[in-house]
Amino acid sequence: MSMGLTIIITGALVAASCGFLGCFLILRRMAMLGDAISHAVLPGIVIAFLMSGSRDSLPMLLGAAALGLLCTFFIQSLRSQGVQSDAAISVTFTALFAIGVILVSLYTRQVDLDLDCVLYGEIAYVPWDTLYLFGNNIGPKAIWGVGTAFILSFLVVGLFFKEFKIVSFDPQMAAALGIPVLLIHYLLMGLVSITTVASFESVGAILVVAMLTVPSATAYLLTDRLETMLAISVGVGILSSLFGYWLSLIFNASIAGSMTVAAGIFFILAFLFSPLHGVVTRWLIRRKMRAATDQP
Amino acid sequence: MQTSNRPVSVRDLSVAYHRKPVLRDVQFDAPEGKLIGIVGPNGAGKSTLIKAIMNLLPLTGGEVQIYGKPYKEQRALVGYVPQRESVDWDFPTSALDVVLMGRYGKLGWFRKPKAADREYAMDCLDKVGMADFAKRQISQLSGGQQQRVFLARSLAQDARIYFMDEPFVGVDAATEKAIIRILNELKTQKKTVLVVHHDLQTVREYFDWLLMLNMRQIAFGPTSEVFTTDNLQKTYGGRLTVLPDLPEPVAETR
Amino acid sequence: MNVLTQIQQFFSDPNTLWVLSGTILLGVSSGVIGSFAFLRKRGLMGDVLAHAALPGICLAFMLTGSKNPLFFLIGATVTGILASMAINTITRFSRIKEDTSLALVLSVFFGVGIVFLTQIQHTNYGNQSGLDKFLFGQSASLVGDDVWVMGGVAIALLLFSLLLFKEFKLLCFDPGFGRSLGFPVGLLDLILMLMLVLAVVIGLQAAGVVLMAALIITPAAAARYWTERLDIMLVLSAFLGGLSGALGTLFSATTANLPTGPLIVVAATMIFLISLVFSPRRGLLSKAIRLAATRKQMARERVLQFLYENREQGYFDPLNTEMILWKYPMSRRRLKSALASLTKDGWIQVEQKGGSFFIRGTGEGWVQAYETVLRTRMTEVWMMHENEIGGNIREEGSTTGEIPPDLFEPLWNLLVKHGREPKWNPKSDSIAGEGGNVP
Repeated sequence: MSMGLTIIITGALVAASCGFLGCFLILRRMAMLGDAISHAVLPGIVIAFLMSGSRDSLPMLLGAAALGLLCTFFIQSLRSQGVQSDAAISVTFTALFAIGVILVSLYTRQVDLDLDCVLYGEIAYVPWDTLYLFGNNIGPKAIWGVGTAFILSFLVVGLFFKEFKIVSFDPQMAAALGIPVLLIHYLLMGLVSITTVASFESVGAILVVAMLTVPSATAYLLTDRLETMLAISVGVGILSSLFGYWLSLIFNASIAGSMTVAAGIFFILAFLFSPLHGVVTRWLIRRKMRAATDQP
Repeated sequence: MQTSNRPVSVRDLSVAYHRKPVLRDVQFDAPEGKLIGIVGPNGAGKSTLIKAIMNLLPLTGGEVQIYGKPYKEQRALVGYVPQRESVDWDFPTSALDVVLMGRYGKLGWFRKPKAADREYAMDCLDKVGMADFAKRQISQLSGGQQQRVFLARSLAQDARIYFMDEPFVGVDAATEKAIIRILNELKTQKKTVLVVHHDLQTVREYFDWLLMLNMRQIAFGPTSEVFTTDNLQKTYGGRLTVLPDLPEPVAETR
Repeated sequence: MNVLTQIQQFFSDPNTLWVLSGTILLGVSSGVIGSFAFLRKRGLMGDVLAHAALPGICLAFMLTGSKNPLFFLIGATVTGILASMAINTITRFSRIKEDTSLALVLSVFFGVGIVFLTQIQHTNYGNQSGLDKFLFGQSASLVGDDVWVMGGVAIALLLFSLLLFKEFKLLCFDPGFGRSLGFPVGLLDLILMLMLVLAVVIGLQAAGVVLMAALIITPAAAARYWTERLDIMLVLSAFLGGLSGALGTLFSATTANLPTGPLIVVAATMIFLISLVFSPRRGLLSKAIRLAATRKQMARERVLQFLYENREQGYFDPLNTEMILWKYPMSRRRLKSALASLTKDGWIQVEQKGGSFFIRGTGEGWVQAYETVLRTRMTEVWMMHENEIGGNIREEGSTTGEIPPDLFEPLWNLLVKHGREPKWNPKSDSIAGEGGNVP
């Protein structure tokens, strides 16, 4: 596999799994939870590091997923105690992140973990970090990790699609029907945590947050059907990673950063020209209507 | 403890919110096959009452039974029409899809809605006169049409008891008529409907029975018996300066 | 080396004194501005603005080639304002909700910043090291110049919030009303946003992006627990912010290898948690205590009410406790504790007969039961006739309040009118209805 292709596939897989989950996050008005989780998993990663003593993906994945869930649990508890939602999110994730940074600096010697790498990721190194099975090179580790996360979220959301849908649309009705709203909530948050961590090493926290929000917001402007929205979101995510990689080559800039910029450009296009909700589109329609009423 | 075969049996129910009691001493047995209005001033706890009955709020005291058993066991028998503002109508989904959600409770885990469910949902939409709007995105519907979609969704639940939270608020005349027609249809099918309502002018016309509420239960009984100046006075606590004259002339014409 | 000498050493080092004054100033100014942001429900804006500062800082560096904090401040302020305008535009002109728009702007601006950052690295601007300090913050690197800039900005911010106190108060509480009074609400919002940007930007170097978000919101959220007044909340939030800054710096200086920024955040979070649990009115502990007291009081009232109502209807025998549960469903445990406490007060007597428990009132108990029923029924008629009678007898933490003396007579008359007056008065041991005597 060529280097560029590996990077693009990794980026696309991250984009696809984030875009998928991101739709539910923004429909449930929890977009900032993605940001919160992606920061709050840091202590989980460090603790997993210290306990397992290796950079193995599995313990890290578990540690981070646990912290991600813990973060959402704290936020939920603070909210239910009457703390306003924005404060609950900020207080929780900043505290967990601070603990993570302290742990890193306490155990700098044991933890071979570069903070910069956590935040920006080094997708450029993905092709060199390959996985071996029975002595055979079976391809880059990142692709396996992110691919697994993608398949997992795809399966879970597929199985519980109608539950995810009704909980996002009308949680009260869902509760009245006997659907365990809180369980579905934590299921979604668990998936977001796992995806975040799996994507972390390769693309960094920022690309994860961007991919959780930007493609799904773009899709939200382009369609009125949940199924289509999910598909568009995944599509826009993949396109962003392609276009972003191209941008990074041209400007010789950070790949993850460029992919984020690319996603942002797609969003601006949808914001202006979406056939349903675009600002320019609506303006044109209004002008046409006014012209029609002026000259009957 | 005594069990009852009444559709809804509420005993000594009280709900406190942030330590302030918002509802207390609610105690009634709803008769089967009646349209029951729940009236009272703003902040009287009308919505709180139906949410508490449906287990959506924790009770501070008391007990609720649906056909003699706790709500949790009888969920399938209960249909719900929440207030229209309680959801985000920008959600990317169609009218038919929303109605289909009413079938989710019957479907259970993992199973997807089948063609039969889709037909059932379509029938329900038809009953509220919205069949032509099935594919329409819900944000493109008017307020009244959205209310009818919610009504159709509760019909899709195929329940024996219905709770409706202010279905008549902010709807057009056509929707109001459709809701009345559905209510009467439900009544002929021996279903029990509890409706939070606040338009006193129409109470006599719409409801057989009445629950009058102002943080506590003021009266419960057949409309002709309990909808009196005295009870209105008690319920609205002198806030009604014009209306108390209303019931008497109406009563005389009957 | 013991801690005292360490601290002594700490204070004798001019460099660390700079750091200390810097972090305290930072805590104070972000505490004040954060209070307004918190009340305006814009707590997450701190996080967004901190991230949005990155492209501004990079641009300032690319344009000027210098690491002067003043240029960074200007660059970050410009992108910060751009970010807040982008958020407003997106929520106003599309159906995208605020939280999505926050996360979107945050990540895209930061992405742009990273692109700029790599540009700087690749094009060899030379002394680019130190730019990334803005992301994680390094208080230890604070020097005199930085602190002067921080101090100047912080004092300006404090002055401004003092001057515009009344306007900001209105903006946070009821912007619509403010507009009707003729205040330029949009402009005020912009000024508040600008001040928030400044507060965030001056903190970036010391605390870093993520932790700056905490300094904005955590002290304000903690302060909210202790007071119901905005002016006190501002002072308290400033104090708690400064305290977190000082604690974090001191702890960091006395313990090797620990970065200051995260320690400040941990200190602030501790203060928040303490406020959450222990604050007297809103704290979890006092809430739990009050709730338990309310429940117990309610159960006691139910028992007394039950005793009295049976007696009122001419039933004189001791009552089976099962009948209380039948009339007033409650958990057996709660009933038991209510019965025990009533027995302890000497208001009731409990006897056991063949597996069942029977209760009867004592002399004092009957008087109390009468008072309870009278109070409950008066509360009921008061609710029915609230607008005619006026006054207020609802009280927090109790299901029925005390009846004010001036309301007693009108309420008694209303009770008689509805036929709800307690018919048997244990004090005169006669049926009240016969003589019509008001007790």
